[in-house]
Amino acid sequence: MIKNIHQLDKAIEDVKKKYSNKILDIREADSEHIIQIEPAILLEITQDLKNAGYNQLSFVTAVDNNDKFALVYGIFSTYGKDGILLKVDIPRDKPEIGSVTSIWPAANWHEREVFDLFGIDFTDHPDLRRIFLPGDWEGHPLRKDFTHPNMVRRPDHY
Amino acid sequence: MLRTEDIQINMGPQHPATHGVLRLELKIDGEVIVEATPHIGYLHRGIEKIAENRTYTQIIPLTDRLDYTVSMVNNWVYASAVEKLAGISVPERAEYIRVIMAELNRIVSHLVTTGVNGMDAGAFTIWFYCIRDRELLWDLFEMVCGARLTHNYIRFGGVSYDLPDGFKEKTVELCEYLRKKTDEYEDLLLKNYIFQKRNKGIGMLSKEDAIAHGVTGPTLRASSVNWDLRKNAPYSIYNRFDFEVPLGESGDNWDRAKVRLDEIRQSIRIIRQALNSMPGGEFKTPGVPRTLKPEPGEAYSRIEGPRGEYGVYVVSDGSAKPLRWKFRSAGFSNISVLPLILKGLKIPDAALVIGALDPCFGEVDR
Repeated sequence: MIKNIHQLDKAIEDVKKKYSNKILDIREADSEHIIQIEPAILLEITQDLKNAGYNQLSFVTAVDNNDKFALVYGIFSTYGKDGILLKVDIPRDKPEIGSVTSIWPAANWHEREVFDLFGIDFTDHPDLRRIFLPGDWEGHPLRKDFTHPNMVRRPDHY
Repeated sequence: MLRTEDIQINMGPQHPATHGVLRLELKIDGEVIVEATPHIGYLHRGIEKIAENRTYTQIIPLTDRLDYTVSMVNNWVYASAVEKLAGISVPERAEYIRVIMAELNRIVSHLVTTGVNGMDAGAFTIWFYCIRDRELLWDLFEMVCGARLTHNYIRFGGVSYDLPDGFKEKTVELCEYLRKKTDEYEDLLLKNYIFQKRNKGIGMLSKEDAIAHGVTGPTLRASSVNWDLRKNAPYSIYNRFDFEVPLGESGDNWDRAKVRLDEIRQSIRIIRQALNSMPGGEFKTPGVPRTLKPEPGEAYSRIEGPRGEYGVYVVSDGSAKPLRWKFRSAGFSNISVLPLILKGLKIPDAALVIGALDPCFGEVDR
């Protein structure tokens, strides 16, 4: 099956139809489609996207908006130049979501990084432990409420 | 009664052959590696957390220190993401200057890696030859921005200074010199019988494994996947230049070294074309404020660096500091395949494989 850019675009149309009520928002940025979804369909929609030709998981990261965590998956393809930024909101007091390691093995280290720095729990991850910080470090540094006596807030304008 | 057991040893963070601070926990049976677990984080400086406390312009020197051998490329990917976020345009001359600087950085990085590949296998001469050539390239960077390593040269909307007089002639002379030297290094290193014996068939990475683990850059192209962002997802003005993308055949260490040397030749072609067709004009869009306050939103931008795909994801909440700043580093994904490809190799081969995958721990650990 020859995969090309038109088939990648068609994949976006297909998932739009299939998950119509669980997709909260789709918009186009410069060369990425930004898709906001509900957490429940993460594993299915990523499997459909992988089958359609999006075979590169470039990064997994999170943003701490003060009332929730927004997970961002950067999904790209070696068949075309467009990509997808898949965004999932999860509540701050119970931060957990399914792991996509079974779909893209690259997610292994990226999800460990998000666990290390944000404290988000990835269920079914084969090896969830800290990757940058020592194993006995307490706290999750990239959260907005993480403080340390050495941290000094710099002025907001110059 | 005689019995054997596996020994667990540490190829620790301080080691002359791991090219940075990497701890490899090896389980060995005699001299053969049975299992390898990499541990990283020894150079973690919390740059992403620091960036949440700096204005957008103050983050540019921070990006220098990520992949510290190729500062121009790091600066460029960050500036490109913020330009998307804030809608700043870049004049033609600045695009050409950025391309020339990035390609010169690519030559620097590949020269160092070639020297390192030789030094790991015991050939010290090639390392000194490559470092000598790197000094000549650093002279060029010092002419342009005053610094040899951490350049801090790219700004939002262009570059910080114009090219000085004499830069074009010196670069053309250096390109001619490097073209001859690349042929010499190929004869000296890649055609050497001992280097071939130590590298061919070692560290094989298949196409499917490479894509599945997020590997990018020369390592991916050595596994014969034709994917180079400069050709397949062109950014800036790369679609105006005529160059090829070298591919390997079998995905072993020798192919990675060959791909990198060929990429030096292609970079020389791009630099020559850019110097010939560079227009005059402004080198920076006027009117970009020193304290930039972009509209709330997000942007992702990616470019092809010497080690792979670099990307910056930046989220703005309307204030002078970013809400979140994330750097997608190539080395992080590239060395995640180490547990896969080190099985069955001997301990000295592990040093060669790490050198050929070419991580830079400034960007792996951030």
